[in-house]
Amino acid sequence: MIPGSFAYHRPNSIKEAISLLADLGEDARVLAGGHSLIPMMKLRLASPDHLVDLGAINDLKGVRADGADIVIGAMATQHELIASELLGSKLPLLRETSLLIADPQVRYMGTLGGNVANGDPGNDMPAVMMCLGASYQVVGKSGERKIAARDFYKGAYDTALSTGEIVTAIRIPVPPPGHGFAYEKLKRKVGDYATAAAAVLLTINSGKVATCSIGLTNVADTPLWAEQAGKILVGSTLDAATVTKAAAAAEAITSPASDNHGPAYYRTKMSGVMLTRALIRAKARAS
Amino acid sequence: MSKVQVRLKVNGKVIDELVEPRTLLIHFLREHLNLTGSHIGCDTSHCGACTVDLNGKSVKSCTVFTVQAADGEVITIEGVANADGTLHALQEGFREMHGLQCGFCTPGMITRAYRLLKENPTPTEEEIRFGIAGNLCRCTGYQNIVKAIQHAAAKLAGAPFQEAAE
Repeated sequence: MIPGSFAYHRPNSIKEAISLLADLGEDARVLAGGHSLIPMMKLRLASPDHLVDLGAINDLKGVRADGADIVIGAMATQHELIASELLGSKLPLLRETSLLIADPQVRYMGTLGGNVANGDPGNDMPAVMMCLGASYQVVGKSGERKIAARDFYKGAYDTALSTGEIVTAIRIPVPPPGHGFAYEKLKRKVGDYATAAAAVLLTINSGKVATCSIGLTNVADTPLWAEQAGKILVGSTLDAATVTKAAAAAEAITSPASDNHGPAYYRTKMSGVMLTRALIRAKARAS
Repeated sequence: MSKVQVRLKVNGKVIDELVEPRTLLIHFLREHLNLTGSHIGCDTSHCGACTVDLNGKSVKSCTVFTVQAADGEVITIEGVANADGTLHALQEGFREMHGLQCGFCTPGMITRAYRLLKENPTPTEEEIRFGIAGNLCRCTGYQNIVKAIQHAAAKLAGAPFQEAAE
């Protein structure tokens, strides 16, 4: 399969990229790792006249601590997230999630920025970012702004980004030491999108849940933040009755499509099952 | 659309070529350079038959534009053998352990395993299986591919791998 023709641009700075995108307007697409866009171009489902490759911009790379946050450059690859010692010690949920994305070759190329900005409800990181309370640093010709992950997703492939804007970094508040976490993903095979998946971040104080945040992947047009399900669990010991109630609350906000991952009712049910498993694992990890 | 001058190193050789930006790396390797060892299998970044090494990363060359590889360094199956022409430990391992039947996936398997062993010279069986999860083989059932990689890891570490092929 051969994509349609396009002109290729490889800017060396964010400023240069923004100015190119401002000039080219709707005719341009941004290229990050390319593992969503290039397959679409090969199928001619996308045929941009211009590709602006962000691969040469050093300011979009790297993982660093910044006060109480960790800031990850949009072009950091999943492979780099897995290898990062900083993330391994402070935010192990990202490593766990990254290892469940695609396969080794795709993880060498796939970027966190591309994963969160593409707006594909099948992508794993958006729900994790909602769960973590992350925000996206966004730059366009009219300047810089910060958008909370929980406000970013409007529909399938529809996000709060305007034409010409790019995500430059992802800012994540570091959870307290001893937090419990898990990402549970049901998939049919390596490389598959989730039939349903759940991200959990919780803290436990004197045997009771002090805080709990839950994200759900691929069970609606957008990733979901299951706020109500999290609230139900706060104050509980994660006893079976309360977990069942929270799983029901999470299932209630899903609206998956029936597709080759299974019928909608099955995927809804599996979102509750994934959440239950994630809660059990997160609890075992919390201290 | 106008062509772009691209300079990159392929198997140690500097290449200067005019390419269309839409030329995928796999097409460039196979059709411009006649390096037909890397295969097009699924053409949808699932099967890994087109895997090559790009700047120290295993990539599926059906999902990378040649222009993205500009100024970079590519290693294909044609560049894996030792400088004196003898087989690389991985190639030897695939031969000794019967790690292939039809052979279509083998170039991708070996170039992927090449990077895997660079990053982790002493992988466990589980790490090998996880590390080649992006490469599909429809013949072998993977058992002998895993053994071939174990054979190579042992040989590179200077210790012979004992188990015979099944």
